[in-house]
Amino acid sequence: MIREHGARAPRLILLLMTAAALVGPSAWADLPQQTPSIFAPASTPADTIFGLSVFALAVTGGIFVVVGGMLAYAIVRYRERPNDDTSEPPQIYGSVQVELAWTVIPILIVVVLFLTTARIIFAIQDAPQPKDALDVTVIGHQFWWEFRYPKLGIVTANELHVPVSTSQEPLPTFLHLLSADVDHSFWVPQLAGKTDLIPNHPNETWIEPTHTGLYYGQCAQFCGVEHAKMLLRVYVETPAQFAAWVKSQQQPAVEDPQVAAGREIFETHACANCHAIKGTGALGTFGPDLTHLASRDTIAAGAADNTPQNLFDWIKDPDSMKPGCLMPSMQLSDNNIHELVAYLETLH
Amino acid sequence: MADQSIPIGGSLDVTPRDHERVPLLDRLHEWVVTVDHKRLGILYVLYALFFMAVAGAEALSMRIQLAVPNNHFLQPELYDQFFTMHGTTMVFLVGMPILFGIANYIVPLQIGARDMAFPRLNAFSFWLTAFGGILLYWSYIGGFGLYGMGNAPDVGWWAYAPLSTKPFSIGPTIDYWALALIVSGFGTLGTAINIIATTLSMRCKGMTLLRMPLFVWLMLVVSALTLITITPLTAAQVMLLLDRNLGAHFFDAQAGGSALLWIHFFWIFGHPEVYVLVLPVFGVASEIIPVFSRKAIFGYPAMVAASVGIAFVSLGVWAHHMFTVGMTSVSNTFFVLSTMLVGIPTGIKIFNWLATIWGGKVRFQTPMLFCVAFIFQFLIAGLTGIMLAVAPWDWQLHNSYFVIAHFHYVLVGAIVFNIFAAVYYWFPKVTGKMLSETLGKWHFWLFLIGFHLTFDTMHFVGIMGMPRSIYTYEANRGWGHLNFIISVGAFIQGIAVLIFFWNVIVSLRKGKEAGNDPWDAWTLEWATPSPPPAYNFASDPVVHSRRPLWDIKHPDDPDWKYES
Repeated sequence: MIREHGARAPRLILLLMTAAALVGPSAWADLPQQTPSIFAPASTPADTIFGLSVFALAVTGGIFVVVGGMLAYAIVRYRERPNDDTSEPPQIYGSVQVELAWTVIPILIVVVLFLTTARIIFAIQDAPQPKDALDVTVIGHQFWWEFRYPKLGIVTANELHVPVSTSQEPLPTFLHLLSADVDHSFWVPQLAGKTDLIPNHPNETWIEPTHTGLYYGQCAQFCGVEHAKMLLRVYVETPAQFAAWVKSQQQPAVEDPQVAAGREIFETHACANCHAIKGTGALGTFGPDLTHLASRDTIAAGAADNTPQNLFDWIKDPDSMKPGCLMPSMQLSDNNIHELVAYLETLH
Repeated sequence: MADQSIPIGGSLDVTPRDHERVPLLDRLHEWVVTVDHKRLGILYVLYALFFMAVAGAEALSMRIQLAVPNNHFLQPELYDQFFTMHGTTMVFLVGMPILFGIANYIVPLQIGARDMAFPRLNAFSFWLTAFGGILLYWSYIGGFGLYGMGNAPDVGWWAYAPLSTKPFSIGPTIDYWALALIVSGFGTLGTAINIIATTLSMRCKGMTLLRMPLFVWLMLVVSALTLITITPLTAAQVMLLLDRNLGAHFFDAQAGGSALLWIHFFWIFGHPEVYVLVLPVFGVASEIIPVFSRKAIFGYPAMVAASVGIAFVSLGVWAHHMFTVGMTSVSNTFFVLSTMLVGIPTGIKIFNWLATIWGGKVRFQTPMLFCVAFIFQFLIAGLTGIMLAVAPWDWQLHNSYFVIAHFHYVLVGAIVFNIFAAVYYWFPKVTGKMLSETLGKWHFWLFLIGFHLTFDTMHFVGIMGMPRSIYTYEANRGWGHLNFIISVGAFIQGIAVLIFFWNVIVSLRKGKEAGNDPWDAWTLEWATPSPPPAYNFASDPVVHSRRPLWDIKHPDDPDWKYES
């Protein structure tokens, strides 16, 4: 299926060299595949930012070597030695020429850095939206993500599916960011910088993934107790895979008479107040849409894999899996939960 | 000439009843009712050191929790309280009190004054600050916080609305937080007014503004900045309290309020606040580096100008904390420029310290060790600051561990290192005893190693995509090893601080006698006995240059011949 995509080695060389010098290589020996490094971009804006960051690193690194080197030289060269006499060194109060030099040179550096930065700000932030770009509305909730594809009639949660963009067929995705409650921040490091989701303040950002794969992110603005488990996945797919996914998501919920008992529990308990399942009486909007729950890899905003056992534990006592989450325990019997899980498992 | 008018040693001792045995309760009472700037200074410092231990323990608990992925050492609610209280405590109950405390003690001595301009206001300010701290920590007892959870403020020290408004933080903890900061804020304002009045009107004869020691200059600048910067915070806290308790809707987005407004208010306060904390330690470094390099400070007028310049520019950079909130590209560009401009006066300062060392005879006693480490670390902090000012890169780095690394490089690498330098430097003056050099070096090297293990490593986990404020993380993100290193470093720092406390206790009891002027220094405080008597100077000193004691020690080559 989808190849997991992580830090690509060549891009990390620069970072690795610096890191190796400072923290030793052992910590980096088994860099796993899911590290969402900003130095492993896989999307146009992230790539542009990466280029800019290398430039900024070079400039600041140069300053560090020169100034740090002079400082190191000064404290070694001008240290007091045991056989020095007790006289004071010559007193120097200042020098206009020297001081002018170290004022003007930084000004020039600032001008260069500023102009470079300004160019990239405008290039990314004011990029026009192409006609055939995909539109997705992202709504932040405590503590999960709602994704709506208005033109496609899809509502899903926590796992965003987008098509890959190629040079022949550019296909960026434009994200409209809203919040249902408090401030959140949408951050998938390999795809783009973060943009906040602020109530009453709609924001916009865009990604243009150039490699298929699974990219990890999470909420980057503290939003309450379970901020740490407001995880985020982006599945970048080939156009064919994406079309297939869209088609399946547009279907109403699967009807399976074998699990009717579970469906009835869902519809007659408070589950239906918060969750929607298309084609049933469940119309809640406070929690994630569950019409295609079984098609997702994770539950509880990435807090656990989507397995029957995890689903059972989650429904039985959400607080044990995600302490402080807003889903209450419905106090159902184990039997009822088993039936409910059996029903939810059919919602492909 | 100059040497006749400054009393060195043997000045009139007006300390009362020093030889008598005063009952403990009476002595305690004397400390509570004191209006002496030196005693208040000591109270500030002790108060801040106490809270430094508390907030340090909070940090260490968080580091245990984060040492390995999916750890269960701290419940999420407790973790949220700890990072909120750690930040709030370190900024408001440690950073500002300890710096204003040192200033309280040192500024009148350095300008040849007998006390602060308003001694009673001084005492009032201290006790307000102290009660602010108690009020904040009372919230642990006072009530619960975020939706059904917690019993201390748990929304981050930035307390972004609407998370801090009533629907999302239903208990009274945020009210404690807001009230505590208002109360201690008034204390800070009182001290700021006092320092401004003291430096402007209490200087001894001959001490023109351009002969003031740089520490005094920096405190003057900081105090002026404090007056501007605490105000929006207090205003925002009042608005938040109105929202929470009287049904106002300043920040209540559901009712048409603006969540963004809080962020602006907070950072209009919050960014200059960083400079309120860092400028005093520039002053400390500008006192210590010359003395231990045996040279006059290089480019004194430029240092003064740069300080005023930094303070001025710092008022126009707040939105660089907000590059991700969705400002227009033009606004983002403006704040990139203003932020990068801060680098220029800051660079001048680093170059001037470097030039002061250049050609000197550097003595590596403990205060200077901390100062040298400070320059290196501040250089790095400044450069990562430039990286964060590159707005598109900030879209990635913002709210990641890179930011945590950057501001701890400023707050610990620059400010705490220099606070330690200041304590080692002025402890002999305050107590009459030297701190142990051996323990001081253990303290320095362990703290340095721990600091770099912790905060250098944080840059890398940030680049690897780890956001801040998370109580745990997934094992497959690859952040585990580095977080373990960070935690080890934190504990090494903890051990170093324990050694420091031990050093203070041991040296107070059995330290070497300091004498008046143990460092062979040049500013007026070293002309008084150690500790200085009440009212400091028996007769008003008269100065003729920036280094009055240099003039006395080198009558053949006094400074006033060269200063124009």
